[in-house]
Amino acid sequence: MSFAVSILEQGLIYGILSLGIYITYKILDFPDLTVDGSFPLGAAVTALLITRGVNPYLTLVAAFLVGVIAGICTGLIHVKCKVRDLLSGIIMMTALWSINLRVAGTANVPLFSQKTIFKNDVIDKVVPEALSKYSTLIMILIIAIFCKILLDLYMKTQSGYLLRAVGDNDKLVTSLAKDQGNVKILGLAIANGLVALAGCVFCQEERVFEISSGTGAMVIGLASVIIGTSIFKNLTFMKTTTAVLVGSVIYKACVAIALRSFEPQDMKLITAVLFLVILVLSMERKKKVKKNAGA
Amino acid sequence: MLELRDIHKYYNPGTVNEMCLFQDFNLTIRDGEFVSVVGSNGSGKTSMLNIICGSIPVEAGSILIDGKDITREKEYKRNRKIGRVYQNPAMGTCPSMTILENMSLADNKGKFFGLGRGTNKARIEYYRESLAQLGLGLEDKMDVKVGSLSGGQRQAMALLMSTMTPIEFLILDEHTAALDPKTAELIMELTDKIVKEKKLTTIMVTHNLRYAVEYGNRLIMMHQGECVIDKSGEEKAKMPVDEILKMFNEISIECGN
Repeated sequence: MSFAVSILEQGLIYGILSLGIYITYKILDFPDLTVDGSFPLGAAVTALLITRGVNPYLTLVAAFLVGVIAGICTGLIHVKCKVRDLLSGIIMMTALWSINLRVAGTANVPLFSQKTIFKNDVIDKVVPEALSKYSTLIMILIIAIFCKILLDLYMKTQSGYLLRAVGDNDKLVTSLAKDQGNVKILGLAIANGLVALAGCVFCQEERVFEISSGTGAMVIGLASVIIGTSIFKNLTFMKTTTAVLVGSVIYKACVAIALRSFEPQDMKLITAVLFLVILVLSMERKKKVKKNAGA
Repeated sequence: MLELRDIHKYYNPGTVNEMCLFQDFNLTIRDGEFVSVVGSNGSGKTSMLNIICGSIPVEAGSILIDGKDITREKEYKRNRKIGRVYQNPAMGTCPSMTILENMSLADNKGKFFGLGRGTNKARIEYYRESLAQLGLGLEDKMDVKVGSLSGGQRQAMALLMSTMTPIEFLILDEHTAALDPKTAELIMELTDKIVKEKKLTTIMVTHNLRYAVEYGNRLIMMHQGECVIDKSGEEKAKMPVDEILKMFNEISIECGN
């Protein structure tokens, strides 16, 4: 039971990250490597604020905002300095490593004795004894669904329409008398905001900030997005954001099951192999669909 | 009024492949004119449109709209007054968005894209009516993604979208070239109707000499960065197609086509 709970917890936290990657990868068509830096950035800011005694719920907002700033920087490097998309992400990712160390102070900040969004006086009082095992999961679920609903609502606004248009056909955005560069920056800002928020929740759940927690975050998010969107492609009533969240849980479950028969140090290898399998499978499907359509 | 003054345009400047396209190119287009532009490949038709819209920079010269210099103005800012339809039907619409969403996007051109509802429900009926006048049955497919429409349907939508908000200039870049003859005819009639209804100043590049002669009130033939024919009004109406064709053959032979 606790196995399933921990998969759901991890899956939903990375689901928030995947929502961000869904924006950059699926909507903007931008391979954004900033994620590997902005995920621990959210965590670093959270560690800094919590150790200073700031209300843990405020760290959610703060983490989102610093993520937005990181995304804006990547966007500015790409749009204003005309650096290629992949490279601008790598530049920010590299820079953020040092920034994260500066913010957090050290590579490792334990938060075991601190109040977090999952463990504080209010939660201890309100949540009944029987539910205390699930209080963390419920909290994460609330945050993830909140993000999903807000993102869904945003995508239906005028600004959201423009964001969807820029990845689809950036010439159209120009002909609508809008600067496509600014729209891309906006998309990157929102995406990295979500990623940093995921980092914030992650470090409070793990009760430790670790500088290397972001390594491979991009791959995990990408895998979740691809799993979610290809498995539920034919379910038209299901929103893509929901599919991404579920995809993330499925991915975490696969990794957890695989880890049962391997050593923990094989984790990244399993991640890579799993990602490769997912990529190949989703491409195979596409080809088949194309062939059938042609015949 | 749109003016191109002493435009100089080079491709690949500073290299062995340097090619001069325009040298002291001048063109004035008065309000309400419908200009058809014809010419062989590489004569500078599309480059001229790109220069007007700001898609490519010029080495020297100035572009004026109503006397105001816009040479340094960014492309997206110029587009506030300009609507453009491309040769490729995919360029004017968003394939992964629905017809309704595309129409809503176009309707918001020039306004602020904020956190308001993307589709204004009160306008849906208007979108439906304007789609209905195309006669393509699109009004019943409002929730269908544009990516699944045919080229002709997309081009009709692109035309509708680019002229939905008040603009001054309509730029048509061989917008019927990728369509079958029947659809091309339909799009051309629609173009004429919209241009007349909204009194738009229009520049249409085309390879179809018949369209160039039938539609519009001014005809320009370009060759190697210069206007070799420029007839408007009565003169254009009286000009026989044979003469245009003869001229066109001459310049084509010269180029070795």
